[in-house]
Amino acid sequence: MRTAFLLLLLLAGGCSQVKPWQRGALADPIMQADYDPIGEQLMEHLYFSREAAWGGRTVGGGGCGCN
Amino acid sequence: MWSTNLLLLLLTLLAGWKTGAPLPDLATYQLEGKLPELRDKVVLLDFWASWCGPCKASFPVMQELHTQYAGRGLVIVAVSVDEDRAAMEAFLKKHPVAFTIVRDAAQKLVAAADVQALPTSFLIDRTGKLRFMHTGFRGEVTRQQYRDEIEQLLKE
Repeated sequence: MRTAFLLLLLLAGGCSQVKPWQRGALADPIMQADYDPIGEQLMEHLYFSREAAWGGRTVGGGGCGCN
Repeated sequence: MWSTNLLLLLLTLLAGWKTGAPLPDLATYQLEGKLPELRDKVVLLDFWASWCGPCKASFPVMQELHTQYAGRGLVIVAVSVDEDRAAMEAFLKKHPVAFTIVRDAAQKLVAAADVQALPTSFLIDRTGKLRFMHTGFRGEVTRQQYRDEIEQLLKE
C-alpha cells in the first residue's frame, strides 16, 4: 500500500521537460512578466498612490493620491 | 563569453546527431515543402523557428552564403520547427530568403536530431556525412566559421 502510494507520488509529478523546439508558446511575448510596460507603470502608480498596504515593491504613499 | 561558449559546446555534445555519422534520409520525415536534390552537394541544414531571436540574426548570413556559394554546390535547407505555420509565413514575408525552407510540422526530424538549442545547424559534405555542427548563432564568429567550413567542404 505504502509502496503503491509512493509510486503514485513519483508518477504524479507535475514537471515535464520542454524541448528547445517546443518553446514557441513560452517564447511568446505575452509570457513575459512585464509584457506591457506602460500598463505596468500605470498600475504601479495606482498602487503607489492608493494602496499603501499592497505590493511591496516600492514605498507606499499615505493614501492621499497626491504623489 | 567563455561561459556561453562552454555551455554551447556542452549542448553540442548532448545533441542526438553526431558529426561523422551519415545524414538520415530527409524524405522519410514528411516535411512540409519541397526538398532540393542533396546528392553530391554540400548541405547546410539549419533548424530554426520564427520565435527565436538568434535565428532571425542568422538569416541574412545564410542568405549571403546562399548567394555566394550556391553556384559552387552549396544547398541550404532551413527546417522550421514552428508549430504555427502562419507565424512561420509571417516571418518569411518579413525576412525573405532565396534558399529552401521546409517545415517540420510533426517535429519528428528535430526530435531525431535532438538539438539542444535553436538555431542548430549541420554542415554535410558531398558524401552525405555530417561534418560540422553549430549550436546557437554568434554573429560574426559563426559567420566566419561557416565560410571556412563551407570553403573546405566545397574543395573536397
